[in-house]
Amino acid sequence: MGNPKTIIEKIWEKHVVHSEEGKPDLIYIDQHLVHEVTSPQAFEGLRLNNRKVRRPDLTYATMDHNVPTKNRDVVKDEISRKQMETLRKNCEDFGIKLADMFHPDQGIVHVIGPQLGLTQPGKTIVCGDSHTSTHGAFGALAFGIGTSEVEHVLATQTLMQERPKTLNVKVEGDLGPGVTAKDLILAIISKFGVRFGTGYVMEYTGEAIHKLPMEGRMTICNMSIEGGARAGLISPDETTVEYLRGREYVPEGEAFEKKAEEWLALATDDGAVYDRTVVIDASEVEPQVSWGTNPSMCVPVGGNTPSLDEVEHKEDVQRALEYMGLQENQPITSIEVDHVFIGSCTNSRLRDLQKAAEIINGRKVKSGVKAIVVPGSFSVKLEAEKLGLDEIFKEAGFEWRDSGCSMCLGMNDDIVPAGGRCASTSNRNFEGRQGNGARTHLVSPEMAAAAAVEGHFVDVRKFKSGVLN
Amino acid sequence: MEAIKEHKGLVFPLNRTNVDTDQIIPKQFLKRIERTGFGQFVFYNWRFDDSGNKREDFDLNKTQFEGASILLAGENFGCGSSREHAPWALLDYGFKVIIAPSFADIFYSNALKNGIILIKMEESQIMEWMKQAEDGTFHLSVNLKKQEIQDEEGKVVDFDIPSYHKEKLLNGWDDIALTLLLEDKIQAYEKA
Ligand code: SF4
Repeated sequence: MGNPKTIIEKIWEKHVVHSEEGKPDLIYIDQHLVHEVTSPQAFEGLRLNNRKVRRPDLTYATMDHNVPTKNRDVVKDEISRKQMETLRKNCEDFGIKLADMFHPDQGIVHVIGPQLGLTQPGKTIVCGDSHTSTHGAFGALAFGIGTSEVEHVLATQTLMQERPKTLNVKVEGDLGPGVTAKDLILAIISKFGVRFGTGYVMEYTGEAIHKLPMEGRMTICNMSIEGGARAGLISPDETTVEYLRGREYVPEGEAFEKKAEEWLALATDDGAVYDRTVVIDASEVEPQVSWGTNPSMCVPVGGNTPSLDEVEHKEDVQRALEYMGLQENQPITSIEVDHVFIGSCTNSRLRDLQKAAEIINGRKVKSGVKAIVVPGSFSVKLEAEKLGLDEIFKEAGFEWRDSGCSMCLGMNDDIVPAGGRCASTSNRNFEGRQGNGARTHLVSPEMAAAAAVEGHFVDVRKFKSGVLN
Repeated sequence: MEAIKEHKGLVFPLNRTNVDTDQIIPKQFLKRIERTGFGQFVFYNWRFDDSGNKREDFDLNKTQFEGASILLAGENFGCGSSREHAPWALLDYGFKVIIAPSFADIFYSNALKNGIILIKMEESQIMEWMKQAEDGTFHLSVNLKKQEIQDEEGKVVDFDIPSYHKEKLLNGWDDIALTLLLEDKIQAYEKA
C-alpha cells in the first residue's frame, strides 16, 4: 500500500497518457457526451482538417437544449432546426450513436448519461457543457469543455489538462427534515462564494452526503460549477453500485460484481490529504431561495434580501436587487412569482418530480401563475406517467411537457417574459438566463411546488407540518 | 489559432465582477453553426434594448470606445456556461487582451485556445487603470514575450502567465496537431 490518496488523484493517475515537465498532462477520456449547441463547429473543424472521430464507440449524442417541449414535430425556429439537423448529419457521417428528439433515450444529456449507465465510477467524462460536473455524483471525473476541446476529444480521445488541485467540501451533521440536496448546495455556494472552487476539483464528503440518494448527489455535483469548480464528485458507495445495477451500458452478472469491487476501491482513502478543505454544518441549512443574479446570492426562506449597509460589494448587490426588482431588506416570503419551472439537469429526475408532486397533490396552482413541469428525459416522463404524477400536476394546473432543457435557458419557446418572476429548480439565476429581463429564483422542487400553490415563496416545511394547507 | 506576441490598444473598463458567459453572449445567439460573426452580439443585453436599439447608458456604445481592444474587468470573469461562443464573440468584436483579477476555469482555457491574451492582475492595479480608462482615451501596450504592460507615460507593470500558455500564444500552436504527434502513446494507452 502506498500513500493514502483521494479519488481525484486515483482517477487522474489512471488516465495520464503522457506527462511532461512544465506542460499540462495528456489524459484519456472514457466517455464523451455531445449535444447540438456546442458541437457543430467542432465537427466542422474535423472536416476542414480531414480528421476522423477517433472513438465513435466512446461518444454518445443527444438533442436537449433546443428541442421543443410541446408539439415536437414542429420546430418553428429555422436556426434551431438547422442546428439539430446538423447534429443528425454529423452523427451519421462520423458514426456516432444519437438519441434524437423522438428517440426513447432522448433527454437532457446529464440526465440520460446516468440513466443509461454510461456514467460510471472512475471514468473520465466530458461534454461541451459546464454542468457535466453532474456525473461526478457517481465518482467519475466529469467536467465541461469548450468547443475546441470537443474537437480535440473527437479527434484524439484525449485532452490536455493541468492536474487539478483537490478541495474537500466536508459536510458535517445531518440535513433537517424537509431540507433537500438543493438547499445544501445553494447554502454551500452562498457560504463560500461563486469562485471558491476555481482551479480545484471538489469532493463532497461526510455522512450527510452519503445518506443522499443518487438523485440528490447529482443535484449537488451539478452545481459544483456554480462554485467555480469544473468538476465535483462523491466517492462511490453501495448506493452508487445499486443505482447502476441492471442499467443498459453496465456489465451483467459476474462482470458487474467485479466492476463494483473496482468502483468501491476508488473511494478516497482514510488519511488522504486535500489541497484545501472547507466545512459546512448540514444541520444549520434551511430551505434556500436565491434573491440575486448569481447562485451565491441566496438566503434561507425565512430571511430577507441583504441590507446595502452590511454587504461587501455594494454596487454588485445594488445592481442585482435592481435587476430583480427587489428592495433591500425585503422578506423572501413577500416575493410573488408568476412563473414556476420544475425541470433542468439539476432537478428533473423521477425523484424530484415525486417530491414536488407530494406537495402539489390535491392543491391548486395559484391563479395568475404559469407553472410547467419538464421531465429530464423521455424515460423519466414515462415512468412518472406510470405513477400518475402527470395527473397530479395537470389536475393542479401545471403543464406537463416533453423532456429537454426548456426554461432553464430558454433556447426554445419556453421563456419567462421581461419583468416576469420565476421560481425555478434550475441552476443559474444570471441576468437574462430564462429570457431577456426575466427574474429567476433558484429553489428546490419542493419549494417551487409550494410557491406555485401560494403564489409567493413560503417555507415548504409549513406545508408538510400542516400549518398551511 | 494566430500567434500573438504583443498588442497595443484602446482600453475599455468593464467595472463589474462575475461577468458570466450569458452576459458575454446571450443564448439566442448560440444557434449558429459557424465559428465566426459573433462579435455583433457581444454583451448584447447590455448594449441593446428590447427593440434592438443601442443603449446610451452602456459605455461600450459610446464613440470614444470604438475600436477598444483591451478589456479590463472585475474578478471571476467568464463564469457560467462552457460556451466557446463567449471568446469567439469577444475576439470577433476586437478584444485581443483581457485583464482581470481572476477568470473562470473553462473560460480561461477556451479563450487561450482562441489566442486571446488573458492576464491576471492585482485588483488595485486594475482599479487604477479603470479610472484612467473612463474617458476612452487610455491605451496600454502588452508585451507577452517580456510579460510587461506599459502605459502611455512609460510606466511598466509586470505580469505572470504560466510559461506553457505563453509559448502557446507566442507560437499560435494548434493543440490537436500537437496531440496527434503523440499517437503512439495514445495507442499504447488504449492497448494497456
Ligand atoms: S438543463 Fe440547463 S443547465 Fe442543464 S444542460 Fe440544459 S441548459 Fe444546461
